[in-house]
Amino acid sequence: MKLIALLHTQADGSLAKAALETVSAAKQLGVPFAVGILGKGAKAACGAVAACGAEGFFAVEGEAFEQPRYATDVAAETALVQAAGADVVLAAQTSRFARSLPGAAYRLGAQVDTHIVSLSLEGEKITAQRWYYRQRILATFSRAARPLVLLVDAGLYEPYAGEAAAATVQDVAVALTDADRRTTVTGVQASSADGQTIRPDAKLLFVAGAGWTKKQKDGAVHTDEAGALIQGFLQKSGASLGSSKSVVDLQSEGQQGLSFISHMNQVGQTGSTPRHPKGLATCCHGEEPHVVGWRFINERRAVNTDPNCGWAQGKADVVYVADAFEVMQKVNALL
Amino acid sequence: MSLQIVVCGSLVPDPLQTLEPVQTPNGPGLKNETMLPSVLDPWAACALYEAAHLAEQVAGSQVYLVSLGPKAKLQQLMMSVAQKVPFQLVAVDGSASGFTDSALVAEELAKAIEAIPGLDKSKLLLFGGCASASHDAGVTLQLVGERLGIRDLFTGVDELKVNADGSFSVLERMEGGCYQASTCQGAPAVIAWATGSLPEPPNNPRVGMANMRLVMPALMKAKPAPQVGVGGIAYDKTEVPAQKRDTRVVKDLSTDEIAKEIVEWINQ
Repeated sequence: MKLIALLHTQADGSLAKAALETVSAAKQLGVPFAVGILGKGAKAACGAVAACGAEGFFAVEGEAFEQPRYATDVAAETALVQAAGADVVLAAQTSRFARSLPGAAYRLGAQVDTHIVSLSLEGEKITAQRWYYRQRILATFSRAARPLVLLVDAGLYEPYAGEAAAATVQDVAVALTDADRRTTVTGVQASSADGQTIRPDAKLLFVAGAGWTKKQKDGAVHTDEAGALIQGFLQKSGASLGSSKSVVDLQSEGQQGLSFISHMNQVGQTGSTPRHPKGLATCCHGEEPHVVGWRFINERRAVNTDPNCGWAQGKADVVYVADAFEVMQKVNALL
Repeated sequence: MSLQIVVCGSLVPDPLQTLEPVQTPNGPGLKNETMLPSVLDPWAACALYEAAHLAEQVAGSQVYLVSLGPKAKLQQLMMSVAQKVPFQLVAVDGSASGFTDSALVAEELAKAIEAIPGLDKSKLLLFGGCASASHDAGVTLQLVGERLGIRDLFTGVDELKVNADGSFSVLERMEGGCYQASTCQGAPAVIAWATGSLPEPPNNPRVGMANMRLVMPALMKAKPAPQVGVGGIAYDKTEVPAQKRDTRVVKDLSTDEIAKEIVEWINQ
């Protein structure tokens, strides 16, 4: 087996946590491996992982590869894997690789599996695990075919933390045509004008449910107050914000919702399933499909007026039967 | 400038159904899979609504829905989907199981797209969901796009704006709740949608009647794709891991006490 850990740099030329986790994943497989890096400052970035034990370092850099763009990334990834002569490719499930590596796999004649949550090696056989049906069924599987491209979910391995050193890097040339440059990346935008509420590295996920936008005890809707309480909490706690589908749908249906919540915040069956050590759900109601949104939250608590709600009963460690408006007001004061 | 918008989308079990994996002679499957109520895959549905919306804005454009699934279940699905927006169905009769190999699915979809009469690839926008709610790999559109020779691809898309000259701008989801903004010179391109920004359209009987005139012949012509299956994936085990927790229900604390306990827990 010839293994390559494929990484990409960030806009500033550094390696993100997910890239360093890929190095750890390759090391843990316990077989010789190479490192391939693409993107801005790729050659210099090889130095940051030079002491990882890799047998060789390969890099693609240059102006055309600084942008996360499908056509140029696919060409670069294909060239890196071919230069290393690898038949197993390990990479992080980043937005850049998720977009382009399946295309590179096709050009390499490889099979591709994504969202891998567990890897083990016995002889030449790689056994992997991934979720199917949106985190509802876990499958353990292997493939005999090579080449094989595996994209590993973030947060499963400790990021590699070796000393930087000088690395002998093979500069890999990639032939591009004008057809590869039809797309231009123009920048990065926040999803909400009200500030960044999605914080992947936060210790706490705060999930806001539709109850915040419903009639309260006095018979009136208090959406503005709800927004202020939630935003105040996020500011003071540093939590990441998730929401149930019903809150997000209010906006697209033209009803008054919470303006700082977008589809990007949605967790659950048709949203994301973020990984955080703790999760606090408020005013959430729903059944199993929606609850998959906090499948990967370790410690879970909920504030809910219904103790038997599907979000809480059997899913949370603690459910506080209380009015979330009153509780969060006090929580914010204490924070 | 007109567009030919081909949406790849198939059926998945209704999210409210309980899913239990079972072994079948063809690999893993779901218990009572043929009986489970189905819906159009949620992200593919967003792609279909966005396609119809775009076709309304760009005169002369046509929307195709290319769907791989068991013919009988596709017919059931179309009774509801066809009420939403105008499209022309291209059906492929094969497995819609989440355990199938994406490469085999992509091969059949690409063949079906290539066979669309009058398809002009220079006008082609290939739409679909950024992942399915069954296999959830997020690779099928890349594999279809590669087979069709398309070199511009965007995934996790929430916004697409097409200009009068055919060029377009696009917002793709990326890490940290941000969007990557890009421009592209124009079709052909692959657009793998996240949720977009459109609500589910209401049922429109007039649209339904127009669609159904073409749906039934399309289902009759559906090519069988028996080779779509698990392919080279050797499944050792499929399971629903136990997730039940012993929930401590706190009913008798005052709001002050609850807030104090939550803050202490957050700060631990």
